[in-house]
Amino acid sequence: MNALTQDTSSQNLASYNFAYLDEQTKRMIRRAILKGIAIPGYQVPFASREMPMPYGWGTGGVQVTAAIIGRDDVLKVIDQGADDTTNAVSIRAFFAKTAGVVTTTATPDATIIQTRHRIPETPLTEGQVLVYQVPIPEPLRFLEPRETETRKMHALEEYGLMHVKLYEDIARNGHIATTYAYPVKVEGRYVMDPSPTPKFDNPKMHRSETLQLFGAGREKRIYAIPPHTEVVSLDFEDHPFEIQHFDQPCAMCGAEQVYLDEVVLDDKGGRMFVCSDTHYCESRRADGHCGALLGDEPGLGAEANTRKEAM
Amino acid sequence: MPAATHTPTVYEGGFSDPVGSSQAVFRALMDAMARPGSVQDLPVVTAPPAPLTASASALLATLADADTPVWLDPTLMKTTEVKDWIVFHTGAEITPHQSEAAFALVASPGGLAALNGFSLGTQEFPDRSTTLILQVSSLTDGAALTLEGPGIKGQASLAPDPMPPHFEAQWQANRAAFPRGVDLVFAGPDCVAAMPRSTRLVREGA
Amino acid sequence: MYVAVKGGEAAIANAHRLLAARRRGDANVPGLTLEQIAGQLSLAVDRVMGEGSLYDPELAALAIKQARGDLIEAVFLLRAYRTTLPRFGHSEPMDTGRMVVERRISAIYKDLPGGQLLGPTFDYTHRLLDPELAGDAPVDAPETGEDANERVVRVSDILGDEGLIEDDPLADASRPVADITRTPTEYPMDRDARLQTLARGDEGFLLALAYSTQRGYARSHPFVGEIRIGEVDVEVMIPELGFTVAIGRVKLTECQMVNQFQGSAKAPPQFTRGYGLVFGHAERKAMAMSLCDRALRASELGEDIVAPAQDEEFVLSHCDNVQATGFVEHLKLPHYVDFQAELDLVRRMRAEHFEAATKAADETAATDDTMEAAE
Repeated sequence: MNALTQDTSSQNLASYNFAYLDEQTKRMIRRAILKGIAIPGYQVPFASREMPMPYGWGTGGVQVTAAIIGRDDVLKVIDQGADDTTNAVSIRAFFAKTAGVVTTTATPDATIIQTRHRIPETPLTEGQVLVYQVPIPEPLRFLEPRETETRKMHALEEYGLMHVKLYEDIARNGHIATTYAYPVKVEGRYVMDPSPTPKFDNPKMHRSETLQLFGAGREKRIYAIPPHTEVVSLDFEDHPFEIQHFDQPCAMCGAEQVYLDEVVLDDKGGRMFVCSDTHYCESRRADGHCGALLGDEPGLGAEANTRKEAM
Repeated sequence: MPAATHTPTVYEGGFSDPVGSSQAVFRALMDAMARPGSVQDLPVVTAPPAPLTASASALLATLADADTPVWLDPTLMKTTEVKDWIVFHTGAEITPHQSEAAFALVASPGGLAALNGFSLGTQEFPDRSTTLILQVSSLTDGAALTLEGPGIKGQASLAPDPMPPHFEAQWQANRAAFPRGVDLVFAGPDCVAAMPRSTRLVREGA
Repeated sequence: MYVAVKGGEAAIANAHRLLAARRRGDANVPGLTLEQIAGQLSLAVDRVMGEGSLYDPELAALAIKQARGDLIEAVFLLRAYRTTLPRFGHSEPMDTGRMVVERRISAIYKDLPGGQLLGPTFDYTHRLLDPELAGDAPVDAPETGEDANERVVRVSDILGDEGLIEDDPLADASRPVADITRTPTEYPMDRDARLQTLARGDEGFLLALAYSTQRGYARSHPFVGEIRIGEVDVEVMIPELGFTVAIGRVKLTECQMVNQFQGSAKAPPQFTRGYGLVFGHAERKAMAMSLCDRALRASELGEDIVAPAQDEEFVLSHCDNVQATGFVEHLKLPHYVDFQAELDLVRRMRAEHFEAATKAADETAATDDTMEAAE
């Protein structure tokens, strides 16, 4: 096996399959997705592949997207709710290059939305699939580090540990101190990690019109929530689940009841709050809405941007 | 060679566009599984030997490979061409044991007396179960089933024909084993529907 | 006025251009060739091949060059390439007893059939920086001997013939050999999958764990039965021909550690084995692997699990440096949405804290006033 004589100059991107993964890998992932849909909230082990981006940077979501995407799909990728964060840009470019698909920043135009840490504010529809990048899929992992133990807990539906943890929070802090990756129970059976989205987004998972798929590449797990499925955030009668509320609307578009990013303006304590969902904010501004910061300058929002990359 | 004298062999009739076809078939099946009771269009992309149907063969070619043993019902086992076609086009091994099958292909659902001989997975690994692909002649002309559960807004209706005997009782038993259990895929003419194990049957009049 | 950060694409493109320039370094200095890297930094190349699980010195050299010498990044590059390669089959088990040895030492016998062969080792070099190497001074041609073309018996076989060491744990031949790149991880892990995981595990991580076993965290009284380094044929069964064909040779480092074992009521006292096998010349890694393998056999040998090196889930789920570096480094990705959620809660809890403190202070003050008034 004298590799030094092997010709490697011909190895270029052209030799990769559509959407990078080989067909056998896609089949394996597709089988796992179907099982995940059939058993909502259950983490299906799958033989995750090494991807050309680092573990922890969306390899699970990328593998799920690569397994479901077709030539006619329109892909949107967000990170922290934004289309223009560097890792979202990088993953979008990866699919534009390896699958030649149309990409978009406009939520309603997308057929597949891959996300890290947010669910878009615009309600999703039946024709869309939401793919989450998941770092640690096991909701019990920080209570019990051993896979052999947590697997048993799920098998026996033994979730007492999770309730104890949440209750200890209340005893110590007066609050459930979990603000993101807030555990949910799916269809009354499996306790599931919603990925590190702020708990603000948890209610959007409940009876969603859209199929939600979750991929954890490093931890080799895929799970799913079918549409119209019960997704209930864990809580207590005397401490019901509640989402974050912001005191002020978005400074750019004036939106209320949305998740906001805090932006530090100076070193004198100046702060402003703007939509985390960049497309939502831009389209509201394009529609003439404006927040306190923009004053009387409506229509500053950039047009949503749908394009096909040159192959 | 004139078409009339052309005899198809087991080496023909597979995907002509494996990447595009398997993706299109999978997306139809994924939607069917995510929305039990819904009927999804399936492109005609395979031409298998009878009695294997185009839709069932396309689903199998999309899902099965050397890692997934396939069980065939007696109707399909009668024909060597069917076996050979599957082995050649998917690389899957044909298993005589229902409990070892990742996929089971059923040409005569009426002959399927029991679902519980297939693998139901384990309580710890409920995903290690058999997925049954039932060849049906229609998804709308049979006795109507009313469905509830994940993926269904309110209720859904599905009427596959033919169906396994005492289906309601069989399905209740399957449902009772949740999260263990088999998942059903109905391969109709150019269409597909599914009943994952999470789906509940609503008794008529109940 | 506030403008949201834009232009991620341009920023990425510019960063990569800068990276390319930094990688190249001073343009007046000739660029490194892959032959130079593969030929003169061969232990780096071997490490990248081993942890990258792909035997290809030229590609490993390319990966090292592309990674600016960052070996974990190079391992990652090789893995990401490997994963796209089609699998045509698998080789027959390799017989390291038929290795053409370049180095072979045993610490448990003074002399033995086949002899001790030091080979190209750093051992017994005095670690004094050699100014000569700053230039390109010619080196003496190495001494060479006759190739006896004889099978060099493995030390473990010598011990085994006398029954002093346990037999190699028998593998069930009807069961396919595990492939950790094709099946999801499941614990407890069988030894085949465990050895595969260790073979691609991070040298530094395994070295530290191995060291911990020597310092009392699962001590196994190890002796180096044998270390051998050399080339072995890779043979593949061709079903159409009905016999095996050698398709090439790979360089391997094998370490057989001989460890103490008390025996039990059922089994007579015997030495036990720890095994290490790594691509290329990678002695430290093979030794560390064999100590870790032995420690991880604790439950199989009925030993108490008391130390980190014996904890299968802990060792095997954290030894992969591609996984580890990805997840540690992902912390630099934006997390501001989650952080916002935390900020909100901490501010609320701090407000409640100070409110409660003020209230308590007021009450105390009020009580003091009352007391003063009463006085």
